[in-house]
Amino acid sequence: MVNVKKSALVLKHFVLILTLIVFGSNCSAQLVISKIEAKQININEKSYSLAEYNAYISPYRTHIDNELNTILAVCPETLDKSKGQWQSNIGDFLADATLEKTSPFFKKRENLDIDICILNHGGIRAILPQGDVTTRTAFEIMPFENTTVVVALIGEQIAEFVDYFIKEKKPHPISGITFTINTENKAADIMVGQKPLDLTKTYYVVTSDYLSNGGDNMNFFKKNTKTYDLEYKLRNILIDYFKDVDTIPITKKIKVTQIKQ
Amino acid sequence: MKRRDFIQKTAASATLLTLGGLSLSSFTTNNVKKITVLHTNDTHSHIDPFPANDPKNPNMGGVARRAAIVEQIRREEENVLLLDAGDIFQGTPYFNYYGGELEFKLMSMMKYDLATIGNHDFDNGVDGLLAQMPHAEFDFVSANYDFKNTVLDTFIKPYKIFKKAGLKIGVFGLGVELQGLVDVKLYKETKYNNPIEVAQDMSRILKEDEKCDIVICLSHLGFNYKNDLEKASDINLARKTKNIDLIIGGHTHTFLDKPVIEKNIEGKEVLINQVGCYGINLGRIDFYLDSEKNVAAAGGKKIII
Repeated sequence: MVNVKKSALVLKHFVLILTLIVFGSNCSAQLVISKIEAKQININEKSYSLAEYNAYISPYRTHIDNELNTILAVCPETLDKSKGQWQSNIGDFLADATLEKTSPFFKKRENLDIDICILNHGGIRAILPQGDVTTRTAFEIMPFENTTVVVALIGEQIAEFVDYFIKEKKPHPISGITFTINTENKAADIMVGQKPLDLTKTYYVVTSDYLSNGGDNMNFFKKNTKTYDLEYKLRNILIDYFKDVDTIPITKKIKVTQIKQ
Repeated sequence: MKRRDFIQKTAASATLLTLGGLSLSSFTTNNVKKITVLHTNDTHSHIDPFPANDPKNPNMGGVARRAAIVEQIRREEENVLLLDAGDIFQGTPYFNYYGGELEFKLMSMMKYDLATIGNHDFDNGVDGLLAQMPHAEFDFVSANYDFKNTVLDTFIKPYKIFKKAGLKIGVFGLGVELQGLVDVKLYKETKYNNPIEVAQDMSRILKEDEKCDIVICLSHLGFNYKNDLEKASDINLARKTKNIDLIIGGHTHTFLDKPVIEKNIEGKEVLINQVGCYGINLGRIDFYLDSEKNVAAAGGKKIII
């Protein structure tokens, strides 16, 4: 009996020693990276879907689809921002529609007229395809939550914008203003409405809140004398405009003329 | 009485011996540990797959498919981390209608571990992001955005350390400069700090102070800027820091043919990966860890891309 007890004690100590050895060696041996394998898994129709996820998403999807698929207007031709050097047909449409929808609103609220609309080329996120125009179309073109702002600018800053426009070489959407790019790549004949630009006069420019805060480096907007937040989202302007018209009007008005050498 | 005592003791000892023996043998023969990191970036509210007639990405992506792939990998691998490098928000009406709720809920269902903040995650303002926080069962990290003077303070930590297979994996987040990119009325008083300097601090804290075995940066800086090579990017980050093993990138929607290996400030290899956007791809990085002796005997760390 004594012997058995003794051996049990030895065994216990042996285990303890063994554990200490293992623990100790694990502690001293910091592991390092021996190998890294990297790959990319493409997710496509070959991968199956988990049904519980589809079931979870479904009510959200149905609600959105019902709202978005409502047909609001018809577009006679595809408007695309990648067509045109200084103007794009979709940019012209968006700037004209924005000026048209915000002018009466601003007149009523502030008793002032909006002279110009300036938007940004990068803000147009999809085409306006030929055929039925739905609420979804508006969401695709303007996915961002940007609102419209009217900015009071002196004529000098309007000239600064034109210089920026020529330097950037991007067809930023404009309305209410026309100008010529002369052979020296400089601005000429800047017209606001039907009148030549007056460098000392105050003009009211409707734009997005993003640009009015200097987005896309449109820093001239920061030199404004006053801003008016219309709290009217660009996308909602578009949706309201689609509701107003049966057919999208296509204007071919030349806003920017370049004199080639 | 004594006999019962003896039996109990022997049984306990035998168990301990077996356990001890096991760890001893696993230590001497097969001590390699494996960590699998899965990652996405710039998913931009793309919950449904692209339709079959999409001109650019027909039939690509889809959360329900991503979930199936992740689930399969979790069945095969013991130690999985699922990470996202930001811009979870904005891009489909799911965001416009629900403000990111569904995106966060689905990521929670997939058991995402961690994400960083992209510029578009500010699209409904700091308040809009805060409003969705209850739907996220995963954490957010950003080390160079200082949220102290915003409602997001305490919700976003600089880094998080995961313990898997007895290893410590440290992950910190970095975000892109907000000024000129995001409207100030959205990010409010979020302060942007130099990401390279912050990364130097973070990697020191994680490697030297916290003794992490793997250091990962979740970056929304962008892969590289060809027109502005000095601008903070993942390439610059890799070159100007040390102790970072992996940079998971985002922001520039870069589709890489394969991950990129850069040399850090000490001449050691850093792996950079970004998987495009819209949940079209899932990145997978498997780390194998072994004793320093074995790695040296095998001729050092190997990166297979």
